Amino acid sequence: MSASERARLEVRKTYKLFVGGSFPRSESGRTYEALDSGGRFLANVARASRKDARDAVSAARKAFGGWSGATPYNRGQVLYRVAEMLEGRRDQFRSQLEAGEGVDRAGADEAVSAAIDRWVWYAGWADKIAQVHGSANAVAGPYFDFSLPEPTGVVAILAPRDSSLLGLVSVLAPVVATGNTAVVVSSYPRPLPAMTLAEVLATSDVPGGVINILAGDLAEVGPWLASHMDVNGIDLAGVEDPELAAAMEQAAADNLKRVLRPALPAWDVDDPGIERMTPFLEIKTVWHPIGV
Amino acid sequence: MFEYAPAPESRSVVDIASSYGLFINGGFVDSADGRTFKTISPASEEVLAEVTEAGPADVDAAVTAARRAYDSVWSTMPGRERAKYLYRIARILAERAREFAVLETLDNGKPIRESRDVDIPLASAWFFYYAGWADKLSYAGFGAYPQPLGVAGQIIPWNFPLMMLSWKIAPALAAGNTVVLKPAETTPLTALLFASVCQQADLPPGVVNILTGAGATGQSLVAHPDVDKIAFTGSTEVGKAIARAVAGTPKRVTLELGGKAANVVFDDAPIDQAVEGIVNGIFFNQGHVCCAGSRLLVQESVYAEVLDRLKRRMATLRLGDPLDKNTDVGAINSREQLTRIRELSEVGDAEGAQRWSAPCELPEHGFWFPPTIFTGVTQAHRIAREEIFGPVLSILTFRTPAEAVEKANNTPYGLSAGVWTEKGSRILWLADRLRAGVVWANTFNRFDPTSPFGGYKESGHGREGGRHGLAAYLR
Repeated sequence: MSASERARLEVRKTYKLFVGGSFPRSESGRTYEALDSGGRFLANVARASRKDARDAVSAARKAFGGWSGATPYNRGQVLYRVAEMLEGRRDQFRSQLEAGEGVDRAGADEAVSAAIDRWVWYAGWADKIAQVHGSANAVAGPYFDFSLPEPTGVVAILAPRDSSLLGLVSVLAPVVATGNTAVVVSSYPRPLPAMTLAEVLATSDVPGGVINILAGDLAEVGPWLASHMDVNGIDLAGVEDPELAAAMEQAAADNLKRVLRPALPAWDVDDPGIERMTPFLEIKTVWHPIGV
Repeated sequence: MFEYAPAPESRSVVDIASSYGLFINGGFVDSADGRTFKTISPASEEVLAEVTEAGPADVDAAVTAARRAYDSVWSTMPGRERAKYLYRIARILAERAREFAVLETLDNGKPIRESRDVDIPLASAWFFYYAGWADKLSYAGFGAYPQPLGVAGQIIPWNFPLMMLSWKIAPALAAGNTVVLKPAETTPLTALLFASVCQQADLPPGVVNILTGAGATGQSLVAHPDVDKIAFTGSTEVGKAIARAVAGTPKRVTLELGGKAANVVFDDAPIDQAVEGIVNGIFFNQGHVCCAGSRLLVQESVYAEVLDRLKRRMATLRLGDPLDKNTDVGAINSREQLTRIRELSEVGDAEGAQRWSAPCELPEHGFWFPPTIFTGVTQAHRIAREEIFGPVLSILTFRTPAEAVEKANNTPYGLSAGVWTEKGSRILWLADRLRAGVVWANTFNRFDPTSPFGGYKESGHGREGGRHGLAAYLR
């Protein structure tokens, strides 16, 4: 029997975390089993701990100055490049969605297309949101007065559980397009598309630390992010337990984080609006006298 | 300093009742449990009036009235009609401006010059500006059919009582909400007089309800299940408590909290103008200003000159009778606040900073604190970190622009900042890097209803003023 006739043994991937542009294992050494929609084993995935969350926050903080200081045009270009690379991973995402979400090939294909299109949509916002969300203010006096949106800072995102790619992109892209840096906790039962996205990001022009992705249980990691004093905002999108969400919102009050409450809208809409961008934008108003 | 003859504004323009009820559903009513408290003039400690302390039953009655008005009248009224009510209120406030200014100065202690020229005109302007939004909401950038939230519970501080009322009520009503507003316990009188403005304007009963009381009244309002929105201006500590209290509820919240603003003076700044800006930044309203420029950062090369001119300017400030039109610095709002200012200033002494106060005589009665600066302050000192909310300035120095940014941003707050330099590119460079919601360049403490105001970080979230201010009251 020739080699080509033998069933080839697949080389499996080790799924790790994505922090500061690298792929570390969890410092806790823990993993958990990601299963397909039929309950069959897919992979062992690194399971993030409190320490991993803190490392991810420091990486995101370190990256904030550069990313928020980059020109919006540059951010838009860098994010658009990610979309180009997502196209190249289409098959991989599709098979992960088929396995993880239990959708058929056409449904998975549609979700991948929608996710890529959504990424492009937000990439295009990077250099437009200031004009739409800022203002020139007609004050009653000899002053030039204008207001501009600026990113809030480091934003923690607890991604939706069910929509593991489109949902993820829908909560992540608005945060980074506006110049924030992000720490994402991916869908606990369906972490693989997030990890594939991490591989795309690692080879893209997005600087390390701008997007950090933790696989793990949001009930375990989320509260640490909610109470972390160097996190400026938190999106509770994927927190389905109301008591847990309330506890995290309470913890977030310690440093008055900007909080987006849990929401599981239909992700496959044509126009998601700007309401996932504005909560993580601060308005800065600048005054200067006018005179000779 | 020149001797000026006293020029007191007459008190006769305002009639203060001996006691006030709660303004619920268009009329004044007694509280369910009959509790009252007194409000005094901080300049003389004279009792001005007895005011009702609203309890949970009163809060419930007010919220019920606001809900009924929301459902039956206000949310269904065409925007152009709501607008006309707000225009009326703006006009009545302007017509009765002197009455409001005198009452504000009596109850708050601030100089009549400020209540007359700043507080009351801005309150009227705020209503006039938001009146015009009421029938243009679909152009405000929140979608084609933005909807009001419902009943707004609003809690305001004692430093700009009527102005803060206008910042809260005007956008809420323009957007179609009804309100229950609680003024601060030491300054309830202009809010109660505002109730009579609502009556004169024929505002439908229940659209605006005013509950006097202290912290417990505010807590009841925040906790009331039929309130859809909480808007609060006050301390960061209470702001955090409110954020915790609304967690897990559908209530929306905006918070405008404390600050410790840096006022940055570069060596090329026009020094005389900068000194005026420093004085305005910290001594305006006795420093009872959340966005006060309470940390002065001076470039080392001009430190001696700035300090010298600042002291000379401070020596000309006139402290005394707030009703006197010549007065620059009025009374501290309450004994409690005076105690806090004294304590933190003593901490400044104990930590090794050098105190200098303007040489001025303090009146015998009432609550007074002289305009004061501390030099030799480091970033670790409590007077450089904590909000004093009084006429106390901490002075630090810097050498490079980068160091100025580093020091200015070294605070959990982020409400405002000032920059003084002749170089335009440097202003914009700094404005870009200061983590603060308002940056005043070559000016300070300017406010306008068209101009969004609010904080970064622990100075709160949400904006008041401008198109952005409507976001707090629409969905």
